Amino acid sequence: MQALDVLIVGSGHAGAQTAIALRNEGFAGTVGILGKELDLPYERPPLSKEYLLGNKERDRLLIRPASYWQQQRVEMILGRRVDCVRPDERYLCDSDGRKIRYQRLVWAAGGVPRTLSCPGAELSGVHVVRSRADVDGIRDALASTSKVVVAGGGYIGLEVAASLVKLGKQVVVIEATERVLARVAGPKLSSFFEAAHRSCGVEIRTRSQIVAVAGENGRVSGVHLHNGDIIAAQMLIVGIGIVPAVAPLLDCGAEGGNGVAVDEHCRTSLPDIYAVGDCALHVNRHARNTALRIESVQNAVDQANVAAKAIVGKPVAYDATPWFWSNQYELRLQTIGLSAGHDAEVVRGDPATSTFSVVYLRQGKVIALDCVNAPRDYVQGRKLVAEGIACDQALLGDASVSLKSFCA
Amino acid sequence: MTLPTAAIPNSPTLFITTRAGDIRSVRGMIGHSVMESIRDAQIEEIQAICGGACACCTCHVLVDAEQVELLPPLSAEEDALLDGSSVRTLMSRLSCQLEVTEKLDGLRLTIAPEE
Repeated sequence: MQALDVLIVGSGHAGAQTAIALRNEGFAGTVGILGKELDLPYERPPLSKEYLLGNKERDRLLIRPASYWQQQRVEMILGRRVDCVRPDERYLCDSDGRKIRYQRLVWAAGGVPRTLSCPGAELSGVHVVRSRADVDGIRDALASTSKVVVAGGGYIGLEVAASLVKLGKQVVVIEATERVLARVAGPKLSSFFEAAHRSCGVEIRTRSQIVAVAGENGRVSGVHLHNGDIIAAQMLIVGIGIVPAVAPLLDCGAEGGNGVAVDEHCRTSLPDIYAVGDCALHVNRHARNTALRIESVQNAVDQANVAAKAIVGKPVAYDATPWFWSNQYELRLQTIGLSAGHDAEVVRGDPATSTFSVVYLRQGKVIALDCVNAPRDYVQGRKLVAEGIACDQALLGDASVSLKSFCA
Repeated sequence: MTLPTAAIPNSPTLFITTRAGDIRSVRGMIGHSVMESIRDAQIEEIQAICGGACACCTCHVLVDAEQVELLPPLSAEEDALLDGSSVRTLMSRLSCQLEVTEKLDGLRLTIAPEE
């Protein structure tokens, strides 16, 4: 049986960074990454943007060149899925029945895109955006596509919509809730992005649901909405979130549910099994100490570093301030903190100029900022969020007052 | 039969001083960023977490004072991000924002101190 000192499941940002961090920490044992895709670890954020647009070639997505993994002796076990984990005997089985023994297991399996459950969801021409291959599938079909329906007005959906508009496609975004970005931002940012997309020609339908996908000869020909409307389209891109890929761990007794539960060192409830990244359900002080999963590069990288440090015996607790970015058209959004649970939002600057920030507060203290083309607020707001500084709202709303001045 | 001679641009050499004080010569890929060249040379002191999107500040380098004029000016965005660094100097740049060109051959950079 193959045996590794550290076996990492998942070849995304979190898995790759775990291996990188282990080597940077001087870990000399054997390390392997098992991934379901055949690609070496690559960056996912460009998939909905530069890669979809054809502005970034495949090799430039790689998190590290192939030579890195060879020289750092990180074994790549690619094109394999985990079937079951045997924590008592410290091995896992893949879907081909092969077993791999481990001393430490790091679960960085991320998630699988949520799909529509309505009739027609399996038609050819229905796509998701999670892997490089997913986006290749979209690109291959674009030549014969003039109109695209995007299900989901989250970051993925909006970034894809922006890219497709640049490529000359007609785009309709269908969002189930009353506004886009409802899960991740406040109403002011949502209305700004809705207006921005509409001015670029995107049709946005909120409070709207796809009840069936129509097809002709097995291919998408449109979508039926809950109100009876029919939208003709040759492609449907579904961006309605992910389901964390944690079933093998929960099946063998790990605590969790929506993800696998981890402590501040990214340890699961199972011996010598860690979890990091999108699938790790962790208590976060930026979410009022509730347990949540964070789907971001920042969280993947920082948790990977935490797990690596725990493995090499230099434990530090996970306490990173969340940050995130999204580029759509010429709009560069940078986010610091988590805005969910805010009781006030203050706008700095004029959204009509496409340069402004939204500061989110809870009980008078800053908990998050969304900064659009306003990197200075993003940088200076970081400290306000990290330290939960109380600020006068009238002053905060004056864009001529620098956020630095609140830190004194 | 004559094979087409591909125009292979000269790969500029960059000299990177690590935090440990070692000087490493790194081959720059024309058209790629300086950050990618440093990262692909396995100098792990820059993290470049955002992958070059100018969204973090983890690929910070200091340019040799005599060579600052070789580089294009900072964008407002790069300037703002660097302002958040406690170790910024007049020579600070984000290496993801520097495109490798033949002109950069011999460029000397130092990885910025850890914050």
